[in-house]
Amino acid sequence: MTYITKPRLHHPLLQPNALGFTRRDYEGKVSTLCAGCGHDSISAAIIQACFDLDLPPHRLAKLSGIGCSSKTPDYFLGGAHGFNSVHGRMPSVLTGANLANRELIYLGVSGDGDSASIGLGQFAHAMRRGVNMTYIVENNGVYGLTKGQFSATSDKGSKSKKGVVNHDQPIELVGLALQLGASFVARGFSGDKAQLVPLIKAAIGHKGAAFIDVISPCVQFNNHPGSTKSFDYVREHNAAVNRLDVIAPRKEIVVDYEPGSVERVAQHDGSVLTLRKLAADYDPTDRAAAITHLQAHQAIGEIVTGLLYVDPAARDLHDYLGTVETPLNRLGDAELTPGARALAAINQSLR
Amino acid sequence: MIDVSHRIDGRDRPAPLTATNDFVVKFANVNGSGSASANALFAKSILRMGVPVAARNIFPSNIQGLPTWYEVRVCEAGHLGRRGGVDLMVAMNPQTFARDVASIEPGGYLFVDSTKPPPHEGLRGDITVLGLPLTAICNAAYSDPRQRQLFKNILYVGALAALLGIDPAVVDALVAEQFKGKERLIKPNLEALAMGRRHALETLDPIGLKVRRADAVGDRIYVEGNAAAALGAVWGGATVCAWYPITPSTSLAEAFMGYCEDFRADPDGGARAAIVQAEDEIASIGIVVGAGWNGARAFTCTSGPGVSLMQEFVGLSYFAEIPAVIFDVQRGGPSTGMPTRTQQSDILAAAYASHGDTKHPLLFPEDPTECFEMAALAFDLADRLQTTVFVMLDLDIGMNEWLCRPFAWDDSRRLDRGKVMSHDELESGKPFGRYQDVDGDGIAWRTLPGAHPSRGAYFTRGTSRDPNARYSEEGPVYVANMERLLAKFETAKALIPAPVFRPAGRRTPHGVIYFGSTSAAMNESLAELEATGIRLDAMRLRGFPFSDEVMGFIAAHETVFVVEQNRDGQLRTLIMNEGGVDPAKLVPVLNYDGSPITARFITGGISTRLGRGGA
Ligand SMILES: Cc1ncc(C[n+]2csc(CCOP(=O)(O)OP(=O)(O)O)c2C)c(N)n1
Ligand code: SF4
Ligand SMILES: [Mg+2]
Repeated sequence: MTYITKPRLHHPLLQPNALGFTRRDYEGKVSTLCAGCGHDSISAAIIQACFDLDLPPHRLAKLSGIGCSSKTPDYFLGGAHGFNSVHGRMPSVLTGANLANRELIYLGVSGDGDSASIGLGQFAHAMRRGVNMTYIVENNGVYGLTKGQFSATSDKGSKSKKGVVNHDQPIELVGLALQLGASFVARGFSGDKAQLVPLIKAAIGHKGAAFIDVISPCVQFNNHPGSTKSFDYVREHNAAVNRLDVIAPRKEIVVDYEPGSVERVAQHDGSVLTLRKLAADYDPTDRAAAITHLQAHQAIGEIVTGLLYVDPAARDLHDYLGTVETPLNRLGDAELTPGARALAAINQSLR
Repeated sequence: MIDVSHRIDGRDRPAPLTATNDFVVKFANVNGSGSASANALFAKSILRMGVPVAARNIFPSNIQGLPTWYEVRVCEAGHLGRRGGVDLMVAMNPQTFARDVASIEPGGYLFVDSTKPPPHEGLRGDITVLGLPLTAICNAAYSDPRQRQLFKNILYVGALAALLGIDPAVVDALVAEQFKGKERLIKPNLEALAMGRRHALETLDPIGLKVRRADAVGDRIYVEGNAAAALGAVWGGATVCAWYPITPSTSLAEAFMGYCEDFRADPDGGARAAIVQAEDEIASIGIVVGAGWNGARAFTCTSGPGVSLMQEFVGLSYFAEIPAVIFDVQRGGPSTGMPTRTQQSDILAAAYASHGDTKHPLLFPEDPTECFEMAALAFDLADRLQTTVFVMLDLDIGMNEWLCRPFAWDDSRRLDRGKVMSHDELESGKPFGRYQDVDGDGIAWRTLPGAHPSRGAYFTRGTSRDPNARYSEEGPVYVANMERLLAKFETAKALIPAPVFRPAGRRTPHGVIYFGSTSAAMNESLAELEATGIRLDAMRLRGFPFSDEVMGFIAAHETVFVVEQNRDGQLRTLIMNEGGVDPAKLVPVLNYDGSPITARFITGGISTRLGRGGA
């Protein structure tokens, strides 16, 4: 059997959070990914973000498609239910799960093949429906699990390990998400935890479709010089628009920045996003400006990272459908089955 | 205006048909001309006279301009299958005039708009032509072109009702019911009816076809199968519906939406159901699987092409053991096939949907009443068996109104949510292993996400895993799990509705198996066959997997006819495959031209095979 139990010794230095959980309580099984894979760093960032937010692990549901990236939900938050579904279809499964119980926190994890190739349609429709979720694409510009074929985010002109050249235009997922109406759009880098953890925290606090494209180098198949998804390239061409801090509703504000360079955004759940601006004229609440900024920088080979867009007053699919507050999966017979008398009236109307 | 009677050549003319409460009227119309509601009004008036009718829409895959037909079989004896043949043709479509006229039984009647002379071609000497100048009358009475068109339909209903002897008060009352809430429409419709009636009585001779008041309808209801299935979904506790439009299933989702407005609004106005029109059928079933995983009762409705797209998810549902309900309203395949015609041709695609070794429970409703019952049951079965359950309707049941038993519900009935381990059970220390067969029925306990802070969480995947849901590619672990899934399928046999037997009354080596919408025609055929001395024990299958009873029936007969509405005898294949039955024993009787099977067809097929010639 391939299953290995992870030693769960509690290190005395592991400080518990407000719920009394230590970081270990947010971990999962031992990862089976390649050593150095960017995806593992993202798992670590998710663990950190959930720990920081004092989330009870079981209140979160983790869903994924198929791929190395989609395996990762097994490697964090072992106390949460997880669902490794089918290739490219995580968005629909997550949508259904969310419809069934609006009270849980939904985290969707996917890859660039999973979301930009086979699953592009589902990615698009989940964004435009405003499903309340945090949707992370662990973007390595390659199919990792099937050993190095191009994905729809592979660089044009890049060469695969087998020597094949990619002629297709890459799909820019953040740009798409912006156009499709996602109400929270960000990009991070697996190698920059200081930036990524707050982005994940902010996305979890966001009500609506929150999308984070995380550049996550595949050390096995796409970390060569020249790849825009390699560690070196991202480090050299990262144009961060802001640095983010997330202050959870119940925590007092402990950090402060000089006025003028700081923008505060209060989210629906009461959390406050404090953005230290790096690009002076960047306004993260202006969707059109975000698209323009993104394209301008892309044209000069820069990778824009940070919180690109947020609509703090966003609504979600349940708002649009007008569903009851009680999770649908908790409604009982009395609320669901109209009974014999109502049926008799229907019979009467059909004669 | 012209008199058409001189065209009819009187030589060799058979006597005009005479029949009371037993004839077929067919309306030939142009799609989009507003005829549908007028034709339905005609059929329902006969029902209100206490005489059973079976009405069927025959329509093209098109919104406007192509031919459509509406066939009404009037039958006091209660046969609700298609009879075949036409006794009175209401030919309102010049495009199809010749073939419509050709389809009339000798001695039958042809009702035409005689404003313009009907085409010469195709007219026959052996029928009676009934001409009313409908267009001329409407042009004189109305100035608005839309009214001229719509009231022409009402006019012919008034005329036909008068010719057939339908009580005018019955038709008038139906109009008043139909336009309840739009009262200003009642008067002009009543006037148009009266106008048609008056013209018919003044200018046409009486005909031999009559509707006479009877008491053969009883407390039965008249409803479409899709609407009935939607009601069954409401009563069965469905809260999530994801769907993608496709004929003939669309009206099921639309009916569900409508019923949810009535029955699923909480006192504060919130909806106790979530309905999503998805981007395709893959997303539809994905949403259903996600909702089922999370403990909501969820369904999608589709037809063959949609079932094809759903294959991968159905396999996931089977292997990861997630409840899902799919209504497959079957139509003519393969590919786009005959999208607006009926067939039972998805039996194998549904039974063995997906790659790898899979099989899924199927339910076969015979009419709308069973659509309701089996819809509600499907949700219990899906939760109990933690798998996809298919409810196999077809266009004939789904999109036509059928006279059937009223719906019934036992208020003491409880939704069976299956083996879901609750927070309290987990808290009390009840052991949990997601894929452990602790009860010996092949069905393991599951937990819902968020159930308990520290117990019961597990990882769901379509990949092989051990009884505690841990990833494993070990051969024996995989095999043990696959064997448990088979054991679960055995358990399903006892939960599927039992077959309905209709014994011949005396020993016979011959049996017949049928299912679904074939039922009406089969019942009639059995009576016909018996009249010619052919006795058959009949078994109506109501679902899959097949119980021992089903196999016992086959074993007890030398020859068993299997009557189906597809080319390849798909149910027969399923029986052979699952029961190891000798193919020579199972004789296929197959109708698959897209029109609902008739008693004539079945009787002909069986009696030819038994060497008694045509019936
Ligand atoms: C329907 C289907 N087609 C193909 C595959 C094979 N497959 C598995 S993972 C994968 C690509 C994954 O790429 P990506 O989503 O980028 O994940 P990564 O491994 O790079 O993290 C493919 C094609 C599959 N599992 N299912
Ligand atoms: S193949 Fe690439 S993506 Fe997959 S685990 Fe290895 S490094 Fe990560
Ligand atoms: Mg990838």
